[in-house]
Amino acid sequence: MPSQTVLVSIERPEIDYQLPPAETVGEVERQLSVFERITNVDWVRRLSILILLAACWEVYGRHLDNPLLFPTFGDTVAALWNATIDGDLLPRVWSSLRVLLMGYGIGLATAAALSSFAVSNRFGSDLLSTFTSMFNPLPAIALLPMSMLWFGLGTPSLVFVIVHSVLWPVALNTQTGFLAVSESQRMAGRNCGLSGFSYVWRILVPAAFPSILAGLKIGWAFAWRTLIAAELVFGVASRTGGLGWFIFEHRNQLETDYVFAGLMTVILIGLFVEEVIFRGIQQRTVVRWGLQR
Amino acid sequence: MHAIKYKERDMSPSDIATPAPQPKPDKPLLEARNVTLQYKTPQSLVTASHRVSFDVYAGDRFVLLGPSGCGKSSLLKSIGGFVTPVEGSFTLNGAPIHGPGPDRMMVFQEFDQLFAWKTVLENVMFPLLMSGNFSRKQARERASNYLDRVRLTKFRDSYPHTLSGGMKQRVAIARAMAMEPAILLMDEPFAALDAMTRRRMQDELLELWESTQFTVLFVTHSIEEAIVVGSRILLLSPHPGRVRAELNCGRFDHAHEGGDAFAALQRRIHHMLFTETAANGGSHA
Repeated sequence: MPSQTVLVSIERPEIDYQLPPAETVGEVERQLSVFERITNVDWVRRLSILILLAACWEVYGRHLDNPLLFPTFGDTVAALWNATIDGDLLPRVWSSLRVLLMGYGIGLATAAALSSFAVSNRFGSDLLSTFTSMFNPLPAIALLPMSMLWFGLGTPSLVFVIVHSVLWPVALNTQTGFLAVSESQRMAGRNCGLSGFSYVWRILVPAAFPSILAGLKIGWAFAWRTLIAAELVFGVASRTGGLGWFIFEHRNQLETDYVFAGLMTVILIGLFVEEVIFRGIQQRTVVRWGLQR
Repeated sequence: MHAIKYKERDMSPSDIATPAPQPKPDKPLLEARNVTLQYKTPQSLVTASHRVSFDVYAGDRFVLLGPSGCGKSSLLKSIGGFVTPVEGSFTLNGAPIHGPGPDRMMVFQEFDQLFAWKTVLENVMFPLLMSGNFSRKQARERASNYLDRVRLTKFRDSYPHTLSGGMKQRVAIARAMAMEPAILLMDEPFAALDAMTRRRMQDELLELWESTQFTVLFVTHSIEEAIVVGSRILLLSPHPGRVRAELNCGRFDHAHEGGDAFAALQRRIHHMLFTETAANGGSHA
C-alpha cells in the first residue's frame, strides 16, 4: 500500500515588524529622463514618422530621377506651394469641401434619424439592419451613373453619392453602439423619467459615443474617397471644379508634381481632420469619460 | 388566504437609534397584492414570482430576501415600473404603478449605473434637473448637500471611472436620495463590493437612514445583510418566488453580530429557506 504523504504546516513564531517612517525609504519618485518624456508625447512620435516617410520619399525620388513618373518630395512641396499661391488650388479645395460637408451633414442627419427610429421599435431595427446589410457593401461610386441620370451633372448628384457612402457605416456603428449600452444604464435613464427623443439624446448617444465616433471617422473617410473618385469621373461639378478635377486636369497635362500636390492636399486635410478635429473630440469626450483609453 | 396579519407589526423605526417614536401610519405606503411576474426566454415562459403580497410602511427598511431565482430582483424592477405584473398590482400611496418614474429611484448592483460622461456632481444633479422641479442652482445645492452626506464632496468634479466601486455606489445612493423619492429601491447594491467595503457601506446606509428616515426597499441574498440593514424581512421561497414569511429585525446592527439573538434569527431564516423540503412549499409557518 503506497504511503500517503501528509502535509503538516509547521508552526512558526509570529513576527511584528516596527516600520520606520516612510520618508526614510529614500527615493520614492524619480523624474523620467528628457528623452523618455519627449517620446511620451504623442504628436512628437507621430511627427517623426511623417518626417521619416518624407525623407524616404525624397531619397527614392532622387534615386529614380524621373519627375514624370515619381516626383520627389521637394518638387511636390514646391508644386503645392505654387498651386496655393499662384494657382487655383484653394478655391478647388473649398469647392470640394463644401460638397463634402453638405453630403456629410445630410448623411449624419439621416443616420441619426434612422438609428433613433431603430432603437424605438423592433420594426425599425429590422429595417435598419436590412438596409445596412444591403447598401453598406454597395460602393457609392457604382451609384454615380444612376445619380447623374437622376440629378444631372452637378453638386446634387455628388451630394447623393456622398450621403450614400456616409449614411450606412454611421448608422451601422450607431446602432451597434446603442445595442451595447448596458441594461442598468438604460434603466437608470428611464428611472429619471426620460423617454423618447430625450432618452436617446441624453443617455444612449453619450453612452454609445465611442462607437458613434468610430462611425463618424469611417463616414468621413468614405465621404472623401467617394468625392475625389466622383470628381475624377465627371470633373466639373461647379464653376471651378474640385480637388479631384484638379488632379485629373494636371494628369492630362502630365504635370505629375501637381498631381502629387493634389493627392498631398487630400492627405493633409485627412490628417488634419483625423489628428486635430477627431482626436480633439475624442480627448474631450470618450477619453475623459474613461470609455476609451 | 393570507396568513400574514399586518396589524401585528410592532416594529418601530426607533428600534435601532432613538429619534422620537413616530406615530405609526395606518395606511401602507406601498401595497403589493397578489403579484405574479413572468418573463419570456426564447424557449419558455418563466414564472419569477407567484402571488406575492406585502405592505411597506413609510420609514421601513424593507428587505426582500431569498435565494437566487426567487424573483426578488424582478419584484423590485416591477415596483420600479420596468416589468408589468401579469396578475395583481402594486400601488404607491394608493395610486397604481405605471412605468418608471423618479418617485421610485433605484440603486442597482452594477457600477456602470452612473453616467460616465457626467462628473459626480452632474450625476447627482441629473435626475433633479430632468424632473423640471429645480433650477440649476437649487439642483446644485441639493446635490452638494447629498454628496456631503455620503462624504464625497472632495470628488464632486471627478468622473465616475476614477472612483472605486464603493464610491460609485455611494454616488448612486446620493443620486437616488437627492430626489427624495417616496421609496428608495436598492437592488443588491453592495453585492459587487469586497467584504470590508460592503460592511462599511451597510453601516453608512444605516447612518443615513437614522438622519433622514427615508423608506427603502432592499433586495439581497445575504441573510446577514438582511438582518443588519433591514427593519423587516420578506422571505421568499425558491423558484418560483412565493412569500414564505415576514420577520422583524429592526433590533440588530453590526454590533449584535455573533450575539445569541442575532445568530438565532440567522438560523431561523436559514432553516426556513434551505432546510425545509421543497415539497411542503413553505406554505405553513
